[in-house]
Amino acid sequence: MACPACVGVPEGVAVQPEPVENARLMVALPGIHCAACISGVERTLEQIPGVAKSSVNLTMRRVAIQAAPSVDIQTIIDALDNAGYEAQELDSSLLAQSDRDDYGRMLLMRLGVAGFAMMNVMLLSVAVWSGADAATRDMMHWISAAIALPAVAFAGMPFYTSALAALRGRRLNMDVPITLAILLAAGTSLYETAHGGQHAYFDAAVALAFFLLTGRYLEHRTRSSARSAAQELAALEVQRAIKWADGTEVTVPVAQIAVGDVVIVKPGANIPVDGVVMTGQSEVDRSFMTGEAVPMLAQPGTSLFAGEINLSGVLHVQASAVGKDTELRRISDMVAIAEGGKSKYSTLADRAVQLYAPGVHILSAVAAVGWYIYTQDLRLALNIAAAVLIITCPCALGLAVPAVTTAVSGRLFRKGVLVKHETALERLAEVDTVIFDKTGTLTLGTPKSDDLAGLNEVQKTVLFGLAKGSDHPLSAALSKTLAEQNVVAAEITDLTEHPGCGTEGRWAGKRVRLGRATWMGGEQGAGLSVCFQMGDLDPIRLSFDEELRQDAAESVAALRSRGLDVQILSGDGPHAVKRVAQSLGGLPFEAEQTPIQKADTIAGLAAEGRRVLMIGDGLNDTLALANAHVSMSPASALNAARVASDFVLIDKGLGGLDGVFDLAHQARSRIVENLSLASFYNLIAVPLAIAGMATPLIAALAMSASSLTVTLNAIRLKS
Amino acid sequence: MDVLAVLIPISLLLGAVGLVAFIWTLKTRQYDDPEGDAQRILRSDYDDYPKP
Repeated sequence: MACPACVGVPEGVAVQPEPVENARLMVALPGIHCAACISGVERTLEQIPGVAKSSVNLTMRRVAIQAAPSVDIQTIIDALDNAGYEAQELDSSLLAQSDRDDYGRMLLMRLGVAGFAMMNVMLLSVAVWSGADAATRDMMHWISAAIALPAVAFAGMPFYTSALAALRGRRLNMDVPITLAILLAAGTSLYETAHGGQHAYFDAAVALAFFLLTGRYLEHRTRSSARSAAQELAALEVQRAIKWADGTEVTVPVAQIAVGDVVIVKPGANIPVDGVVMTGQSEVDRSFMTGEAVPMLAQPGTSLFAGEINLSGVLHVQASAVGKDTELRRISDMVAIAEGGKSKYSTLADRAVQLYAPGVHILSAVAAVGWYIYTQDLRLALNIAAAVLIITCPCALGLAVPAVTTAVSGRLFRKGVLVKHETALERLAEVDTVIFDKTGTLTLGTPKSDDLAGLNEVQKTVLFGLAKGSDHPLSAALSKTLAEQNVVAAEITDLTEHPGCGTEGRWAGKRVRLGRATWMGGEQGAGLSVCFQMGDLDPIRLSFDEELRQDAAESVAALRSRGLDVQILSGDGPHAVKRVAQSLGGLPFEAEQTPIQKADTIAGLAAEGRRVLMIGDGLNDTLALANAHVSMSPASALNAARVASDFVLIDKGLGGLDGVFDLAHQARSRIVENLSLASFYNLIAVPLAIAGMATPLIAALAMSASSLTVTLNAIRLKS
Repeated sequence: MDVLAVLIPISLLLGAVGLVAFIWTLKTRQYDDPEGDAQRILRSDYDDYPKP
C-alpha cells in the first residue's frame, strides 16, 4: 500500500520510462468474472487497429493494453462498452507502482528459500537427533550450517531491517526479539559446531524464519488487496476536458485548465472542474456527491462540482477551482488523512507483543546471568539464553492473527463479501452502532416507476415512444417498466430533447411531452416525479419510487435484534429519507447531510465511545467511510467508496450482513484462543529452557507444534 | 555409512531443483493473476491451434 506521501511524489521519478511507440493503457473492468469474459475482452481489444497486445488480470479486474500512441482511450472504452463490458480508464502512471507488488514477490522468494533450507536442515537434524555422534554429527552440523547460515541471512532480511529501524527509533517491536532469536540461534550453533558441541539449533533458526515469513506473507496478501483510497480516487478523476478558447473547442488534459477558463461539458460526461454554468441548460446527476436521487437542474449561475455527471444538455462552465483545489480532491486528501489514522488501531496481537517483547528479553537475560553466576561458564550461559529465545519463539504469535484473518476472509469471499483490511474483522466485532447511507445502499441507485395503472393502452404506447428517445435515468426507468408490461412503442416524430426540461415529439399530429412539471406550467412536487402531456390535455404526473435493496428490511431487523443501534445518514431530502426509514421499521435518520457533516456525525459518535460501522456507496460517503471505526460498501458503489471501505458486499442484497457479524465475532474469539494457546506453550517450554533441558529436538517440537495448532485452530471455523 | 556421501548431495540437489523452479515461477510473474489463470485454463479459444 502506497502511503499518501508517495502519491504526491511527481511521476516519472520512480516509474521507469515506457517505450514511446507502445503506450501502455490501463482500463478497469469491474464486471468481469469468468473465462468467457477474459476471452471476450481480449478478442474485442485485438480487433481494434493499433492494439498490439492486451492482457486481462482477473484478480485485479483490469486489462493492460499495449497500443500505438494513435489509439485513443475512448475508442477502447467504447468498444468494450459495445461488447457489454463496463470499462473505466485508469491512470496507469499512478497505478504502476502498486501494480508490480515487488514486496509480495520478495517475501515469497525469501519464503521459498527458507522453506528449502528448513526441509534440508530438518532432514540432516533427524540424523543427529537419532543418535549420530562424533565425526558424523560434526559433519551433519557443518552441512546444516552451510545451508542454514546463507538462508537465514537472506530470508531474515525483512526482520533485520525492521528491527534495526525500531531500535534506531528507540522502540521495541515484534521484529527485535525475532532478530535476536534468529541471530543468537545461528551464532551459538556455529560456535558449538566449531567446538564439536552437542547442540546446534540451525533447524530452529531456519524454521523460525520460515514460520514468521509465512505469517508476514499472509498479512501482506490481505493488505495488498486493499488499494490505497487516495491512489484510486486520483486515478478515477476525469483526465481530459474540452476547453473553449477563442471560439474553438480544444481537448486538453485537465491539468492545463486554469481558474477562469471556460470548459464545455457534453451530455454524459463528468464535470472536470468546480465552476459556475455560463450558458446552456441541463440536468446534473450529483447523487455520488450529495446522495440526492433527483437530478438537479443546471442553468446559468448554477455552481457545479468536479465529479458530477452532466445528463442532458451541453454546458459551458467557467472554472472557479481546478486540480487539487476542487471539492473532489479535497475530499480525497481528507480520506488519505483519515486512512492514516486507521492504521494506528492497536490490535489484539499488537497488545500481546507489547507484553511479550520486553518479557522475553528480561527472561533470557536473567537466565543467562543466573547460569553464569552459578557455573561461571559463559558458553553454557549463552546457550541457555539462546534456548529461551528460541523456545519462546514468536512463531505462534506471528501466525495467530494472519492465519485467522486469511481463513475468515476466504470464508467470507465465498459468501460474497470482500475483506480489504487486515484488522477489519477485529474492528467489526467491536461495533455497536450501524449507520447506513440511503441512496445506492439501502435502495438500489435506479428509480422504479410505480403507478402506471392510471394510464390507458394508447397513453402507454405513446409514453414508451417518448421515453425511448431519451437517455435520462427516469426515462430509462419508464422504458424498463413499460417493456416489462409488453407495451409496444408508438412511432413518435420530430423527437427533440429540451435540456433540463424534457422530451418533446409529435404523435398523430398532436404535440406530446415528457418532462419536468414546471416545464408544463405545473408545480414540481416533493419526491421523484415527471409529467406526461398529450396535446392540450392536463399533464399526468408519474411518480417514481426508490427500490429497496433485496433483503434490506430483513438485514436491518437482524442487526437490530443483535442489539445494534441502526441509523440512516443521507444527503437526500427529508421526505425521501423518511419514507425509506419508515419502510424499514422506523429507523432514526438524518437528512440533507453534506459529506463533512456525515464525517462529523460519525466523529461525534466515536467521541461518545461508540464503535460505528458505516455502510455507504457514494463520494459523499467516502469521508464518513474512512472516518468510521469500520466501513462497508456495496459492489455497485463508486470505486472511491469501495476503496475507502474495509468490506465490499459483492452480492446484490444486504442479506449477508448478519453472517459477516457472526464470522467477525468468531474470528475475534479464534484470535484470543490462538494467543492463549501460544502463551500456554511458552508456559510449559520456558521453565524447561531455563533449566537447561531444552535440547534442539524439544525446541523443534515446541515450535512446530505451536505453529501447527494455531493454524489448525484458525481454520476450525463454523460458517 | 558410505552411502551418505551419495544420498546427501542427491537430496540437496533435488531440493535445489525445487527452489530454482520456484524462483523461476516468481521471476516469470506467474503469481500475478491467480484467479485469471484458474479461469483461463477453462476457455476453449486455443484448443485447436496455438495462440498466434
